[in-house]
Amino acid sequence: MADTPMRTLLDPVVNNNPITLQILGICSALAVTTNLSTAVTMSLALTTVLTLSNAVISLIRHHIPRTIRLIIQITLIASLVSVVDLLLKAYAYEMSKQLSVFVGLIVTNCIVLGRAEVFAMNHNVRLSALDGLGNGLGYSALLVLVGTIRELFGAGTIFGVQILPVIAEGGWYNPVALMLLPPSAFFIIGFLIWGLRSWQTDQVEEKEYHIQPLQERGEIHVRLPEPVH
Amino acid sequence: MPSFSLNAWNVGRWLQTFRAMPNESTAKTLIVGIAVCLACSVLVSSAAVFLKPLHTANQEREREQHIREIVARLPGIRELFATVEAHQVEARVVNLMTGDYISGIDPATYDQGKAAQDPRQSLDLPPERDIAQIKRRASYAVVYLVKHEGQTKLVILPVHGSGYTSTLYGYLAVDIDTQRVMGLRFYEHGETPGLGAEVDNPKWLDKWQGKRIWDEAGRLRLGVAKGRVRADNPAAEYEVDGLSGATQTGLGITHLLRFWLGDDGFGPYLSKVRLQRD
Repeated sequence: MADTPMRTLLDPVVNNNPITLQILGICSALAVTTNLSTAVTMSLALTTVLTLSNAVISLIRHHIPRTIRLIIQITLIASLVSVVDLLLKAYAYEMSKQLSVFVGLIVTNCIVLGRAEVFAMNHNVRLSALDGLGNGLGYSALLVLVGTIRELFGAGTIFGVQILPVIAEGGWYNPVALMLLPPSAFFIIGFLIWGLRSWQTDQVEEKEYHIQPLQERGEIHVRLPEPVH
Repeated sequence: MPSFSLNAWNVGRWLQTFRAMPNESTAKTLIVGIAVCLACSVLVSSAAVFLKPLHTANQEREREQHIREIVARLPGIRELFATVEAHQVEARVVNLMTGDYISGIDPATYDQGKAAQDPRQSLDLPPERDIAQIKRRASYAVVYLVKHEGQTKLVILPVHGSGYTSTLYGYLAVDIDTQRVMGLRFYEHGETPGLGAEVDNPKWLDKWQGKRIWDEAGRLRLGVAKGRVRADNPAAEYEVDGLSGATQTGLGITHLLRFWLGDDGFGPYLSKVRLQRD
């Protein structure tokens, strides 16, 4: 992996996207993307936490004893998440009510701990912050995309503004209720991964095993177990 | 010179000792662990303390807004008050057991949800009486009297209970004779989007307006029907149409309304309101 600042920042957005390539952070991606404004708020919250946690952990990385490094990382991440949650409750109360527990659950988001452990523990502060920002942006890009699709087809709106006039209010568009349910996020993310990997074929994972072809000729011998009397 | 004095030279020496420690030593592990925890707790608690006034203000504003919304949304409210702005809302704390007003508690700061968790301030409901499935009920509740020129026109009662996937929290407005529903609105729930979450649909909520609560025999009849209620059905006076695909949510609402209007809910209070009226 290249360590130049630009690549550190931009790689995680498409080439090494935490959601589509590493399949991390799916839980929150399902939960907060029913509309665009919660998706954007959640993206901002996660990007902030990720950037700060990477920077702080990188700052003290030489003094973290290996035995308690995960505890230290989680403590720092959890504190940052609590502060972000408190700030949202103070300045964006309505939004924080819609996001309910999902801001708090950033603590358990694999992307945050993953970046801390894999990157921040052995890179300098500047690069770590950039890596956090980049991964945050990668997460955000996907959330915004999924949020746009779900809100547009599930409710006919974008940021709450009516784009497709729905039947219930005299229009022609019949909203797809499935879009508002969690499974739709799975489908959308699945299709996005499919699309992305068809375009960037090097993202396709190697097969974990190969199915052996049957012998061309000869019979297949099945050994039955000995009968038990 | 005492050995703990904090001069620059000492601090420098401590830092040197600290930096010289091997990372994996027990001492350093303890020091780093404690230092990180202390720093984090200071960070989180100062954020909590500094933002506390904003949080309280937000909650207060939200509570007021719910009441304003339910009042403003009531059909016929304009005839009642001439203008929506002409009404005053008075909050009072009620003792649910006796149905009397309590004067020692400030309704603005009383937290019914918190009280319901405190065994000294709440009642443990046996399963057969707990139709709303809330397990515990606070001893006191805040009711809102909507007044016009000093006269109470409406009583707004906070209600909550289990739906299908969540607990629904809402307000039920009852006329001053306590015979009819004037409005219903839920402000918090986690029902299935598109199905149970249709409890927020204003068209459905409007159907509650004017429904009778009790029949002639004094039995609680208010509720959500299974499916559509035809106008010629005798139950149409008491029941609203069910929401399709949300049978459990509808059942939950029936149960929570009957609980809060019944003897374990605001029943005693509503009888006193009726008595005062007569």
